Amino acid sequence: MLKELVARWKLGYGTIPFPAKEPILPDRYRGCPVVDAARCPGQCRVCAEVCPTGAVKVSADGLHLDLGRCLFCGECETACPVNAIRFSREYRMSARRRQDLVLSGTGMATAQALDAQMKRPLGRALRLRQVNAGGCNACEADTNVLTTVVFDLGRFGIQFVASPRHADGILVTGPVTENMKPALIKTYEAVPTPKIVIAVGACAIAGGPYAGHKEVHDGVESILPVDLYIPGCPPHPIVILDGLLRLLGCIGK
Amino acid sequence: MESKRLLRAYNSCPVGLRDIPLVSISEFRETLIRNVAQGARLAALFGRPHEPNTLRVLAVLARGSEGTLFIVETEVSDCYPALTVDCPQAHWFEREVAEQWGVRPEGHPWLKPIRFHHSYRLGRDAWARAATEVIQPSMTDFFQMAGEEVHEVAVGPVHAGIIEPGHFRFQCHGENVYHLEISLGYQHRGVERAMIGGPNHRSAHYMETLAGDTSIGHMTAYCQAMEALTGYTVPGRAHVLRAVALELERLANHTGDIGALAGDVGYLPTAAHCGRLRGDFLNLTALLCGNRFGRGFVRPGGVVFDLDTNQAGILLDRIGRIYQNVTTAVDLLWKTPSVVARFEKTGRLPRETCEELGLVGPAARACGIERDVRYEFPSGTYTLSHIPVATGETGDVFARAYVRWLEIQRSVAFIQEQLEMLPCGPIRVGTGDLPPERLVVSLVEGWRGEICHVALTDAQGHFAHYKVVDPSFHNWMGLAMALRDQQISDFPLCNKSFNLSYCGHDL
Ligand code: SF4
Repeated sequence: MLKELVARWKLGYGTIPFPAKEPILPDRYRGCPVVDAARCPGQCRVCAEVCPTGAVKVSADGLHLDLGRCLFCGECETACPVNAIRFSREYRMSARRRQDLVLSGTGMATAQALDAQMKRPLGRALRLRQVNAGGCNACEADTNVLTTVVFDLGRFGIQFVASPRHADGILVTGPVTENMKPALIKTYEAVPTPKIVIAVGACAIAGGPYAGHKEVHDGVESILPVDLYIPGCPPHPIVILDGLLRLLGCIGK
Repeated sequence: MESKRLLRAYNSCPVGLRDIPLVSISEFRETLIRNVAQGARLAALFGRPHEPNTLRVLAVLARGSEGTLFIVETEVSDCYPALTVDCPQAHWFEREVAEQWGVRPEGHPWLKPIRFHHSYRLGRDAWARAATEVIQPSMTDFFQMAGEEVHEVAVGPVHAGIIEPGHFRFQCHGENVYHLEISLGYQHRGVERAMIGGPNHRSAHYMETLAGDTSIGHMTAYCQAMEALTGYTVPGRAHVLRAVALELERLANHTGDIGALAGDVGYLPTAAHCGRLRGDFLNLTALLCGNRFGRGFVRPGGVVFDLDTNQAGILLDRIGRIYQNVTTAVDLLWKTPSVVARFEKTGRLPRETCEELGLVGPAARACGIERDVRYEFPSGTYTLSHIPVATGETGDVFARAYVRWLEIQRSVAFIQEQLEMLPCGPIRVGTGDLPPERLVVSLVEGWRGEICHVALTDAQGHFAHYKVVDPSFHNWMGLAMALRDQQISDFPLCNKSFNLSYCGHDL
């Protein structure tokens, strides 16, 4: 026992003070893109051409960037000759409605808390069953990391559980492959009502890099109603945590 | 390797498609069986459609002791005598060929789908299923055992924790596992097929996400292939930065694995510390490129982000401190007899089985086999700086954990050494169009083992075929064998000691 205590003392306290304090993100972190549609003359469309997933669109009514499809690769930022797209360090970017993820330069409506009807049965705790429906294991890893001492998800009353029957909802990653569709539906059905669905990552929101493949269903929405969208490929753990806490009304009131 | 009718090749050195010897199926079988018996290993075996009615089956043999690869092809129509009977290494490959192209390897002892999708050739199906039939995952015959007190346990695809989906069937007698059968394919997203006709603006993203915990490994393999085909020379500085990223990927995953192994035997101090330290390594990758998994760092021609002296200093300083902490956390394990006792003799894989199945990575090294791409088929910086191969002896959970620990030590030393002498110069060159009708085999030692990509170009210089062999493709059967005669309750521990990729297998 002594050696464990010595090790604990050596390694110190590891939990970050989020959300009381701002998180420390890497210097080169690519957070929520900022679209400055006014700068875009609307002719060259190079951003749309380089985008791997069709997240950027230039149409008659201007420049739009769909965060739900975005892989945060930064290709559009590099390509744009007039700096109309810039990746900021903003990590607050989850949304309750799909349309809120489409950025056109007017700022973003981040996720609102669940309404009273849903909150009552939840109380202050949230138990989630995670379902990987074709995710590459990066979204999963950065969801799982929330349970480590660094983020200590338990202190917010959020917990990942083994059985869907013990869960208040599911947290889905991956584009929903044809082969995982039945298991996803069964898991959802096993969760008692009322229940919520959280889509984490570009795949789960709109198919990610796999959008349009016949082997996948381009995201959870084609199969189940989604209550919270958390963009990224993968989203930084802080982005996921921020989204979950907004949903519970712990922040963003 | 005496046969003239094998094309000699090297890691990331392209060959002409027309130079690949096309031999009869009997010669093909005989050549592969003989060479594998003499110590070569099947790195890849796959079908590619040729004429509308013929399928070419191409084999890449790897002879690690010489650092050479050998390529040979044959042509088959509806069926051919299975290789697996005489060369067990071919077993999973032949199931893949059967599933993808509707060709039957006759006599294959275990011919079942591996990913559960329709054949790529309309009207051909190895199991005579109609094109309209709905194919459901894991709907196949499972090996079964009968008798008193014999029972079957089925687990998955949705498991208890946050892990990828797969289905496991255990044939048990009491607690004892006689046999485990693993059925995958739930993660199948059609990566290889989507690569055909490329490269295009999605290709890099497929590579970075086909196994998202190995983004650097697979992306480096892809870039090596592209650079070899186009003949561009990557600047030395880029090679070093790639190697640093590859070793960071190994460090993060190995540290996470050791922590998870501790967690599986209920030893929480190491589990908790390593869970956090794994993230510290991921954050070092994020220091390089902004993304914890290295997305957007490696691109054909080099790397996208440079590391200035100041940043290199920060990285060195942080890696030193993280390493100290990992040492503290991992030492706890080795000093706790109850943990070591749980690791020892659990999930033991005999060296012969490992050789026979052609396993790779830490799982193979834990059996005492010196198999490591960085040593056998070095490319990039590894041709100049060597990392000693870490091996174990006992082939059990302990050895697989200990090999990871040795590799952590060596990767840290390697990164420190590399950053001390980071070459000057550019970090990226432009690459041009791909030449027509070439083939290249690109090998990289990912943290799970050998990553093998084979790219073939068509007459227009587009990908005619793109084969990905994730190390997990070789190793899933290793896990199944390691479970034999174990307690079923040891499955999580054994599984974690392999920690294989589902999506890397399913593609
Ligand atoms: S969104 Fe990106 S990181 Fe997440 S599962 Fe899909 S490919 Fe992987």
